[in-house]
Parts: sequence; C-alpha cells; structure tokens
Amino acid sequence: MIVEGKQKIWADYQKDIPDDHYFYVRSCIRQAFWPGSEVTFLDITRNKLGKDFYENPYHTTCGGIAYHSDTIPQETAMTIIARQFALMKESGYENYVCSCITSFGCYTETLETWHEYPELEAKIRQYLWDSCKKEFAKPKYLAHASDIIYKFRFDIAKQMKFPLVNVKTGKPLKVVEHIGCHYSKMFPSKGFGGAEYPHVLVGMIEAWGGEVVDYPERRHCCGFGFRQYFVQGNRGYSESNTHKKFESMEPYEPDLIITNCPGCPYFLDRWQYVIAEQTGKTYGKNGYGIPALTYEEVAGLVMGYDPWDLGLQMHQVAIEPLLEKMGIPYDPKKKYQGVNGKDLGQPMCPSCIKSV
Amino acid sequence: MKENILIIGGGAAGMEAAAQLQKMGLTPIIVEKSENLGGHIAQWDRLFPAFHPAKDVVDQMLSQVKDVKTYLNTEVTDIQKDNNGFHAVLSNNEKIDAKAVILATGFDVFKAERKQEYGYGIYNNVMTSVELEKFFRTGKDERINNPKKIGFVHCVGARDVKVCNTYCSKVCCTTALKQACEIKEVFPDAEVYTFYMDLRMFGPGYEDLYLKTQKDFDVKCVRGRVCEVSEDMDGKLVIKAEDTLFGKPLKMTLDVLVLMCSMEKNKSIDAIQQKLGIANNSDGFMQNKDMYLGMNGTAQDGVFVAGACTAPKSLPDTIGEARSVATQVFNYINNK
Repeated sequence: MIVEGKQKIWADYQKDIPDDHYFYVRSCIRQAFWPGSEVTFLDITRNKLGKDFYENPYHTTCGGIAYHSDTIPQETAMTIIARQFALMKESGYENYVCSCITSFGCYTETLETWHEYPELEAKIRQYLWDSCKKEFAKPKYLAHASDIIYKFRFDIAKQMKFPLVNVKTGKPLKVVEHIGCHYSKMFPSKGFGGAEYPHVLVGMIEAWGGEVVDYPERRHCCGFGFRQYFVQGNRGYSESNTHKKFESMEPYEPDLIITNCPGCPYFLDRWQYVIAEQTGKTYGKNGYGIPALTYEEVAGLVMGYDPWDLGLQMHQVAIEPLLEKMGIPYDPKKKYQGVNGKDLGQPMCPSCIKSV
Repeated sequence: MKENILIIGGGAAGMEAAAQLQKMGLTPIIVEKSENLGGHIAQWDRLFPAFHPAKDVVDQMLSQVKDVKTYLNTEVTDIQKDNNGFHAVLSNNEKIDAKAVILATGFDVFKAERKQEYGYGIYNNVMTSVELEKFFRTGKDERINNPKKIGFVHCVGARDVKVCNTYCSKVCCTTALKQACEIKEVFPDAEVYTFYMDLRMFGPGYEDLYLKTQKDFDVKCVRGRVCEVSEDMDGKLVIKAEDTLFGKPLKMTLDVLVLMCSMEKNKSIDAIQQKLGIANNSDGFMQNKDMYLGMNGTAQDGVFVAGACTAPKSLPDTIGEARSVATQVFNYINNK
C-alpha cells in the first residue's frame, strides 16, 4: 500500500463546506434502526460545537427508497425533494444537510439533473405549486451529515474522552470503514476522497486514534442494495454480499466497523446474527460479532456519551467487548431501560452469537 | 535549394521526416524538448509483432539524422507567421526562420492513476506497460519478484467514456500480447492473463501473434474488463472482472498487474498549436486537414502534421506518415 497515493487522491477530492447554519433533514429508516444517531448528531453539532442546525417538523422522507425500488417515477421523487427545499427556503436557510446517504444521492442526482435539464426543473416547480402551493429555492450547499462530522473531526477530537485505542494494549483499534454506495459512487466529486478511496470515515478514524483496515472487499456492497433485500426472494443475495465482506475482513481481526449509511450498519449487524445461526460462525473474538456502528455513535462514544443513550443496545452484535476495549464505563442493568428507567424488555438470546 | 523546415518533436515521426527532407535537399531543423531523440520508442525494448529490438530501429533512424541540425532540451516558446514564412523563438532564446513547420509532437501516455479503480500509485504491484517495457530493457523492477500470476488490462484510458477518451488507442492490444509473451519468456512457470474488450489485431502478423500468444506461450485471454483492484494481507492483488464469454464474474489473486495505458494528445504543444491556429479533433488530438487526402495538412498554410499528434498510431503508420509529410512539404516549397 502506497499511502502517499491515497493522500494525493484525498487532496484532489476535498470540499469547501460552510461552517454553520444548516437545514437538517432526517432519514426515514435510521430513526427506526438507530434512534440515537440523529439525536446525537444534533446534540454534538448544536451543543458541543455550538452550531446552528435547524430541523423543520414538516419535513418528510426524500422518496429515495421508493425511487430506487422503482415504485415511483423520478418526477415524483423530485417533487418530494422540491418540497423539502421549499421548507428550507421558508425556514430561512441556504445550506442543506441530510442524514441519509441515499437521500444525499437523490438530492445530488436531482440537482445535477436540473442543472443539465432546466426544463425538468421548471416542470417540477409547477408540480410542486399544483400539489402544495409551495415554491422552492435550490440549496447553496448540499452536505451529507457525515461531511459535517468529518469537517469537525478535529474539534471532536479535542473533546474526546475515549479514543479509538485498546486501553489494555495501548494499540489503536483496527477499524473497518464502510461507505454507503450513494455517497460518492455516482458523483465522485461530491464526496470527501472520491469514489474509490473515500476519506470521509477514514479521516474520522485517524483523527480519533484508530487504525484503518483496508481489505480486499472494502468497496463491496453491504448487502442492502434495495432490490436485493426488498424483494423477499432475493434476500439470499443480500446475505451473501455481507458474508463475502466478513470473510474478507476476518483475517485483519477488526475491532469495529464504522458506516455512514442507514442500511449498511443494519445489514452488517443483523446478517452477522443470521450467518451465526446458519453456520455457527462468528467474526469477532470469543463468539462475539464485530460491532457495526454509525459515525454518530462512534463520535458519541469517543466524546463520552453513555452507550445506552446512544442507542447501542439496538445493535444485534453485542457492544460490550468494544466498550471494554475502549475503557468506556457502562451499567449493564441500564441496557434495556428507556427514558425514566422504563423497562423496555429484553430480546431473546441468539444461540450462536454472544449477545452480552 | 536550402529552405529551413522546422520540425517540432524528435521522435519517430520527426526523425523520419527530417531524414527524408534532407534527402530532398531541404534543411530540416529538429527541436526536441527532451534530452534525446527517439521519443517513446527509445524507451521500448522490443517491437511487435516480430519482437524486433527497438534499439536497432532507433539507431538506424538516428544515423539518418546525424547531420540534421537538432536542438535537444529545447522547446519552441513562440512562433509567428508572415509573408516570408515562420519565425520561431526557442527556449534557449535562439530564433529560427522556416518556410514550413511540421508538428511531430507525438503523444502522452495516459496517466494510469486516473483510473482509480485499478489502484496504480496505491497498490505496490500495479504497474504500467511503459514500466514493464523498462523492466524488459533493464531487468530491474522491485515489483517483479519471480511472479507466479500476472495480469494485463487492455484499454486503460481508451474506449472509456468515464475518462472522456472514447477512441481506440490502436497499439495496446498487440503490445499487451507481445509483453505477455515476453514475461512468459522470463518467467516460464508464471500464469499470464490478459483482460480485453476486443482484440484489435489489425496489422500484418498481428493475428499470428495472437495465436502464438495462446499456443506457444499459454497466455489466457479473457474477454472482460477488470472493474476493481485491491490488495490482500500478503500484498497480493485481488482483481474482479467479468468473463463475458462465460457470462460469469471472476475474482483472481495476482502478483503483478500491468495496465496497458493508452495514448493521449501531447498537451505540451498546446500553446504553440494555438498560436498556429490548429484546432483539436473530437478525440482531443490535432485536427488535420482531412482524414483521406489531407492527412498531413492542417487549417494553416505551411503547417503540417505527422505521427501520433493527430491520433494513436503504430510505428509503421508513423513512419509512413513521416515519409508522406516530407513529400507534402517538398511539394509545398516547390510550388510557392
């Protein structure tokens, strides 16, 4: 590996993104999968970094899942996006940041398409007016939320309490980074580091003390792939993709996987359970899996947030071995307690992969 | 008749044109930006399809231009035209007056790092066809350490919309097969694979080379493009491709991957080209007058082109064009 070669590419794919004042839109599925991630993002940006991130309660899904599953035409998806942009304009913002990678891909594709085909933009303006009586302005800047954390990764490092270091050995944790396909594979110039060697998560790992694992199937899809999973008969493809990635990363003995897409951590997490049940094989040490976390969860961990406030109990793969490696204190009794100590109930234990 | 003819570029086209013009009684002057004459071919070890030593050809061409006035390490920095002809200023501040100008500026090799998915400059054992040729000449390259499995990727930077080069680079297919045979000569036990889109074996003896590559050297030619290269824990390269004849994706571990880099227009001449009023064609190379009967002419009276400055060309094509441009210039001077 020639690190200088990657550094050159990273230097070629940098974005000059605004410091402050963003209109924030959530992901439709992340709130269900990883409910602590978006809350943590807003808390870090607003309260730890002192930035203005506004959330309008009337915003909706971007329509990306329906669009990529071929259940709505592009004009419909664009009209939904136009409505989001109208809300941004009504709220007095010009910088737009989205939580979801597929949304980022859809917004980018929409803006690029309107740039190439202004007549389509005019058509969508009319659709939005006819349906909602709203008018939109295109964002001056479009960012993905991981771009924001990347931009402020060193500020986060200054507030870091638990770096990505094994407290027992003093060595950096070995971290696999997995980038959502819609981040930069369609428009390489829109992502930090481009399409082949993105820097957005690598930068966070390195800033927070970890060591990046580059393994042969690094670029391979997590297994979500929309139609691989949504079409029930195709789910074997989904699992086989994930299996391929784990077989490839296994020799490197990673401690952690960090992702920036709603679907990737879900499939990298849940399929580990299924693979273990089907084959008896686990990819972590001593019968555990490899935790697959969102970048907000990792940022929260290194900054000292309580693991259960981050929602890490929502992961199928047990997080406790990672917490112990990082020296993060946690109360096992609170793992399944909700707000105000409410008992959330405990999931059944799987038979093959250790859950605590 | 002693009329100066300014030849910009001292590669195969420039040298051959100069040799012919001198025989015709004109006074060619070669201006070459590098420290040697010979151009790309001087970096080559052997030539397809007959494995002829490149040095023999270069030496022969050099011997033909030994009396031609030549400026090395020199570039044309300015050029003007008036009723008396062309007036060029060189980077050494000398001035040259000429009745005609031949642009024989050749090509640049496609920068392999632009195809990021192939990992050139990222993974140690990914190399270019130019670097492999240097290995054949010198026997030295630390990346080549008794390899057991070697792959060649055709069309790197050619026929590729993604890098805005939709043209065929013409010589890469044959070069890949030549180099595949040569690497088998050096490492007979190695398995060698070439990954191609189509094999464009257009010239005399080229198709025979294709058969020889498979029959005599047991090189496996796979119709399919490599889509991704990565590195495993041992530093070996893991490639993904599709075998489009079998209709199956494949994954393979290799010791060395060679990228057959295409030709691109030599951009170092852009400023002078602009001063001369010569446009580029849709492939980004210099536009000649027309592709049938005016291939050596340009839109500018008195400015001629030869060789790979107008499109990718093989050495025989280049020599042929250099001889024809000499005739064109001779006629131009005589008819003035």
